[in-house]
Amino acid sequence: MKQLLSGNEAIARGLYEAGAEFASAYPGTPSTEVLENLVQYKDDIYCEWAPNEKVATEVAYGASMAGARSFCTMKMVGANVAADPLFTAAYQGVTGGFIFMSADDPSMHSSQNEQDNRHYARHAKIAMVEPSDSQECKDFVKMAYELSEKFDTPVLYRVTTRIDHSKSLVELGEREEHTIEPYEKNARKNVCTPANAYMNHPIVEQRIKKLAEYGNDCPFNKVEMNGTKIGVITAGISYQYAKEAFPEDTSFLKLGLTYPLPIKLIKEFADKVDELYVIEELDPFMEDQIKAAGIECKGKELTDEKYELNAQLLEERIFGKTPDTKEVAVKAVMRPPALCPGCPHRGFFYTMSKGKNYVVTADIGCYTLGCAQPLNAIDSVLCMGGGFTVGMGMSKVFERTGADKKVFGVVGDSTFFHSGMTGLAEIAYNKGNVIPVVLDNRITGMTGQQENPGSGYTLEEDAASMIKIEDIMKACGFVNVFTVDPQDLKAMQEAVDGALASEEPAAIVARRECRLLKRAEKPDGICKVDSDKCIGCKMCLKVGCPAVSFKEGKSVIDTTQCVGCTVCMQVCPADAIKKEAR
Amino acid sequence: MQDVKSVIIVGVGGQGAILVSKIMTNGLIQAGYDVKQSEVHGMSQRGGSVSTQVRWGEKVYGPVFGKGCADMLIAMENMEAVRYADFLKPDGVAVINDYERDSMTTASGIEEYPEGCLKAMQEQFRTIAVDAEGIAEELGNAKCMNVVLFGALADSLGMDDIDWEAVVAETVPQKARDLNLEAFRRGREAAVNAKA
Repeated sequence: MKQLLSGNEAIARGLYEAGAEFASAYPGTPSTEVLENLVQYKDDIYCEWAPNEKVATEVAYGASMAGARSFCTMKMVGANVAADPLFTAAYQGVTGGFIFMSADDPSMHSSQNEQDNRHYARHAKIAMVEPSDSQECKDFVKMAYELSEKFDTPVLYRVTTRIDHSKSLVELGEREEHTIEPYEKNARKNVCTPANAYMNHPIVEQRIKKLAEYGNDCPFNKVEMNGTKIGVITAGISYQYAKEAFPEDTSFLKLGLTYPLPIKLIKEFADKVDELYVIEELDPFMEDQIKAAGIECKGKELTDEKYELNAQLLEERIFGKTPDTKEVAVKAVMRPPALCPGCPHRGFFYTMSKGKNYVVTADIGCYTLGCAQPLNAIDSVLCMGGGFTVGMGMSKVFERTGADKKVFGVVGDSTFFHSGMTGLAEIAYNKGNVIPVVLDNRITGMTGQQENPGSGYTLEEDAASMIKIEDIMKACGFVNVFTVDPQDLKAMQEAVDGALASEEPAAIVARRECRLLKRAEKPDGICKVDSDKCIGCKMCLKVGCPAVSFKEGKSVIDTTQCVGCTVCMQVCPADAIKKEAR
Repeated sequence: MQDVKSVIIVGVGGQGAILVSKIMTNGLIQAGYDVKQSEVHGMSQRGGSVSTQVRWGEKVYGPVFGKGCADMLIAMENMEAVRYADFLKPDGVAVINDYERDSMTTASGIEEYPEGCLKAMQEQFRTIAVDAEGIAEELGNAKCMNVVLFGALADSLGMDDIDWEAVVAETVPQKARDLNLEAFRRGREAAVNAKA
């Protein structure tokens, strides 16, 4: 029987069936579940979490060079980190097939920008494949490996949130083993000296021409002729929306190989229909190239460059059909995500929220939520690793202007290993007046509990060397490293004061396990408000805990949510909160 | 697309909407339908507003749909029902767990939790409201609220050929089977009473 699989589950299955031997990734929504599902096949496929996307790409590329069918995956901003190896891998080609997966996030459900990574295929001059449902997610993996090996190219496997996280029915197949040929050194091809790169570039240009020719008649691209009035060129999830929104007699050119575009096939299709639409999410990636080839079509002037599409939006924007809805008399207020009850980051951000001259440059992770009301304790978040370095730049300007600001550069443990360590070296080397802080919750939290080089385990659940953050800080020259439990507010403030007062370079490691960590100790009690003692001062509301609210002049703690972390209890001036056994 | 049914399940991250959609999709696949389901992971899960969509029919294209397309809205919280009300067709059905949970902004007093969410829904839509939270607590485990709610909506799905009780039994973890079956039955009864 067919199985209901998410796109990411189906890609993992596709890797298994295609005989892949090597996979590496750094977790990032919406890509994470591919490796989480792939690890069930660890007897056949080596699976690992890499410290960052650049490393994941490099090790996977190395595995390809050694002859394996290899794979790396990341969210779209991770591709920026990995772009350096990708662009030169594009020049050198592959030995075993090499798939580079980018999971884009239109509408930014869990992302910091809305970049359209299809441009990477064009920029790096490599083939790009886009599946449009879970069955294709699985089937296209094997086809992409064949394409990669046939044309000696890395393949950009481009998916989006609604492909990754939507489930549809998939027919499974068996694994077909791939044979790793004996390794042969080929320095001419694989050493990127200018002289070799000079010789590789014409091969790359030739390859793109051959791929474009191949696309005109290949199993990735399909024409569905239903009528001659309207034709739609589309790919990925947009195909599903367009199938639903356009009339039944609409003809489709559904592309699975979306770079290079099969211009000859597109011209033939365009000639058969009266009116041509290009339906794609985000940038006019296909539309611009189709128009540049002299083919008239409609697209972004109707569909918009921003956010996700769906069938109803296409009906509205193309055919002017507004949805029939009813309005209710009440309006919902915001329900933004928040740090969980018992989150170890809360104590640190509460401490930061009290410092009038503190500037907090933070990073990507659960702890980004320290920016939310009522904590409101973050000045900036830019990118992975930027927590240390943006603060470094600011602190240099504050020094110059004499501004009375104390800068804290904040990253999480996984982010520290990802790209925080280079920033730490920058602060040490260039004598930054910024306190590096690592919020070490012992796991990669936001993406759903993935192991990292500090957690002591690998993706395949083997014990691993547990890299100690304090040792790295000390090796960089941070003489005073304050290790503190952020849930102990007094100790947290003392660590902050100690670091600020230090004559020598100082840093902070705020360490406590994530509440959701499977290995974490079970909560040993819950906090309760003695309403007779509560003076209604609302101090406990300032810690920003979802379990604490205010009803009829008194604070109330929701017993189903509270895990007894006591942060609210520590800030209560009336001694009205007590911890009790559960 | 006349034959495609669309359901949206909304709530607060961590309330268990995924299990509700899993029971639903398991039953529908067994009954031979083409099924698609969509959810969002990552940052939005941390106590934020979450939604899951399920669609089924002879052939389903989009895994997600837009406003005015849902045959049924299943809300695990009153304000979330209001937030997603415009996804319902005008003649769609709302099944609501009559329960209010503060958001971070209402809990900390930055804004007020709106009054009369359930009433506003009842004024506009055919609404089945049940105290799934209360029933789950009576059963001794607040976490089975989601299965109580599933019981309350099962008959409104209009899939009379599916034995939902059997589907619940095989979908939930075996050690929690009896509790969840009881939760399902109590939810189903509550819906009958809510209609009367």
